[in-house]
Amino acid sequence: MKLTKTLLATTALTVAAGVSATAQEMANSMTVVSWGGAYQNSQLKAYVEPYLAANPGVSVTWDESSAEAVAKMRAMNEAGNVTWDLVDAVASDAMRLCDEGLAMEIDHDEVLAAAPDGTPASEDFGQLIVSDCFIPQIVYSTTFGYRPDMLPAGTEPPDSVCDVFDLETYPGKRALQKRPIDNMEWALYCDGVDKDDIYDVLSTDEGVSRALAKLSTIKDQVVWWSAGAETPQLLADGEVFMGSTFNGRLFSAIAEQNQPIEMMWDMQSFDLDGWVVPTGLPADRLARVMDFLMFATDTQRLADQAAYISYGPARASSAPLVGKHAELGIEMAPHMPTDPANATNPHIYDYEWWADNRDDLDAKFQAWLAQ
Amino acid sequence: MSDTTDTGPVLAADGTPLKRSLRRALRAQKMRALALIAPLLIFVLVAFIAPIADMLFRSVENQIVGNTIPMTVEELRDWDGADVPDEQVFRAMFFDLFLAAEAKEHTKLGSRLNYEQSGMSSLFRTTGRRVDNMGKVFQNAFKEISPQFDDAQFWFDMMSGGAGAEGNARLISNQIGRLERLEATTFSGDVGFVPGAAISDILPNTARAYAAFAAFTHFVNEDVVSEKKPWEAVHAALAVDLEEPATAAALAAYDGPGADALRQAAAAELPPIDMKAAFVDANKDWSRIEYWQVIKTYSPPYTTGYFLNAVDMEKTTQGVALRSDDERIYGLLFKRTMFMSLMITFSCIVLGYPVAWILANLPARKANLLMILVLLPFWTSLLVRTSAWKVMLQQQGVINDVLVWLGLVADESRLVMINNQFGTIVAMTHILLPFMILPMYSVMQTIPPAYLRAAKSLGATNWTAFWRVYFPQSVPGIGAGSILVFILAIGYYITPEIVGGTTGTFISNRIAYHISTSLNWGLAAALGSILLAVVLILYWAYDKIVGIDNVKLGG
Repeated sequence: MKLTKTLLATTALTVAAGVSATAQEMANSMTVVSWGGAYQNSQLKAYVEPYLAANPGVSVTWDESSAEAVAKMRAMNEAGNVTWDLVDAVASDAMRLCDEGLAMEIDHDEVLAAAPDGTPASEDFGQLIVSDCFIPQIVYSTTFGYRPDMLPAGTEPPDSVCDVFDLETYPGKRALQKRPIDNMEWALYCDGVDKDDIYDVLSTDEGVSRALAKLSTIKDQVVWWSAGAETPQLLADGEVFMGSTFNGRLFSAIAEQNQPIEMMWDMQSFDLDGWVVPTGLPADRLARVMDFLMFATDTQRLADQAAYISYGPARASSAPLVGKHAELGIEMAPHMPTDPANATNPHIYDYEWWADNRDDLDAKFQAWLAQ
Repeated sequence: MSDTTDTGPVLAADGTPLKRSLRRALRAQKMRALALIAPLLIFVLVAFIAPIADMLFRSVENQIVGNTIPMTVEELRDWDGADVPDEQVFRAMFFDLFLAAEAKEHTKLGSRLNYEQSGMSSLFRTTGRRVDNMGKVFQNAFKEISPQFDDAQFWFDMMSGGAGAEGNARLISNQIGRLERLEATTFSGDVGFVPGAAISDILPNTARAYAAFAAFTHFVNEDVVSEKKPWEAVHAALAVDLEEPATAAALAAYDGPGADALRQAAAAELPPIDMKAAFVDANKDWSRIEYWQVIKTYSPPYTTGYFLNAVDMEKTTQGVALRSDDERIYGLLFKRTMFMSLMITFSCIVLGYPVAWILANLPARKANLLMILVLLPFWTSLLVRTSAWKVMLQQQGVINDVLVWLGLVADESRLVMINNQFGTIVAMTHILLPFMILPMYSVMQTIPPAYLRAAKSLGATNWTAFWRVYFPQSVPGIGAGSILVFILAIGYYITPEIVGGTTGTFISNRIAYHISTSLNWGLAAALGSILLAVVLILYWAYDKIVGIDNVKLGG
């Protein structure tokens, strides 16, 4: 009797030790960096909450710092203390981080799940894997929203990006993002530069001055935003007449919150957003991140995300699964930036060009802003 | 009687000389006092003095250029800056950049130089991606001459000179040192490779490039050197060595491992080495003299560049010059910061003085109640207070709504009170007001009310009694409050960031931008140092004019 008890106790101890050893292999907490607001919410609903439900005991801490991902990761690297586990970043930032050795190179086929029909991940994502460190999630666009009720009487609603620069027909404040990307392209386009020549012109000093000169014509009417949630807020308050932001934010303000805002899709700027993993993570944290990534970027999860926000899933195999909004029950397809009715005059944003030139243009743009 | 004439030392009760005993007691006391303040002292040293010292150091430090491209810096020393550098410099840049790109450090140098000349960042970035290709031609050429050149072990044997050969330990330790400076770490342990002395005399460039490759493979990639094929840069270095006519002659007499293959390569026709053309092909900006001038100007380990930048000037090869109009922003920002801080201090005095006076002259019970109202903002989060001002001041905000409702302002022409200087001044005055009221109040409390009564009984009017008797006694409170508010205001950045738009921001917003976004810590440190100096100068001026003894924080 005594002997069995001792034996049982020993077995229990061994099992407990074994369990704690496997638990140690994967960290129980993860710091995930994202953009906050409606987008982060779609990530939470589509795969973070399901993942946490499947893995009790794991906790996720959010850091809404994706807009400053590159700067903060540089600073963390400089300080030798990387506190982030997984970072949501736009394609050009991912390329910069990859070049600088701050993001980990990923073997997409090994780390990510294959499509349900067996297509390997690298083919399923295809062209959207623009950098070895980048795991694409969504295709989104930066476009404009405006307040139809604030239009001067008898004026047609704005239908061109150049209406942003037309203060006479469309008076009122505009919200623009506090960075050179997109703003410079729109300025050159509306200054008469051919769409195909925009980046050639922007590569010259004269081109940069020209874009800034065009922006100067509306500078005193611009409210500069840095978080994606600001423009919908400014529009809802009537603080600005029109403003640029990510199309999904406008969708959630219009469709979910019934704000009196309309979309304007002209010269919408296509971009990609996805995950990068910082280099130098300890083995247990890395294992947790990889486990999460495998789950969060599979075909069904990416399609699920599109039920919460109007961004196109990055996997080809997810597209047919996109259906209705999870709560409102409306069809999501007409709200996607890639819908033919919306993509009549899209602007193909050159992330590679921006990865190379971002530092240069940032310096000039910030100096221009401060003046 | 004889006792008093004793000339020996005065003794303490235990027999030791009194002087020594006293000294010991005092020392113990001093130590105890020191131990008591030690936590604070250490805290101040670690949390305050050390960061400031580090900041001052960063504002002049510039070792990154010399650490990333050491050979280029060396070659550029004799460059006159009149024409695009010659092939020699480009070759040095190739070998430097190759190692830096392997270590992924080249973009940092690009970012650093981009602070001085925009365009540098993309120059280093794009070229960093192409350096592999620049060396590829040589790798392919050698492979064609002899397949042995594609073998890792062959290279290892050739460069180490075979078993038992005399080694060149200095070369490998130099390359480890170079890698340590590049990666800003220290490595310990043995690479497992020592270049042969004889081969490194005959092929100096190849030995150096291979040693760098070996150090990197061992320490950074943590691989075994003899199992890894050397980089394209090593092949390029061999081509450079073989280009030298003397090398073939020296090789004729060499009999170490790989000698035959080397002789074969020396006799063969190799692709021409034109690094200059390769660089310009990778990015045409390499042919721009001003870019090279920037590299040369910023190659010393210490620079005044950041400070010059902070006062809208720049270093050129012709000396120091003012920046072009569209790049001059810091002078403007310093002036704006001073002006707005003074405005905020002034409005705090105007608004705070009556409040402090009422507080000081009310009965204690009521004064305490009012005091809570003054302190209430202290207990509210700064962000909440600032965001509240946003709601108040915006065009569709509370104040504008009330004005429109009262008919004072037309609906179409609502006042713009936010995202400009006005917004910043209003919000910051509110936030800093308690710092003005509290010192004023504590000084005013000590002014006996009898003085005012005496003045009036001697025939002074209310105004004269206040102005000639009361006010001068309250000046120390105003002084203390003003110094507090001004110094706090000058370094504020959260509130201006939220309500200041682009015209209502301070120099501290630029410092924050450089610290957290552009990561130009050197410039941020220089701006911070200038701000510190300005505050100290103002403090000194205040001491000269008003006298710092006149400042009172309390009775």
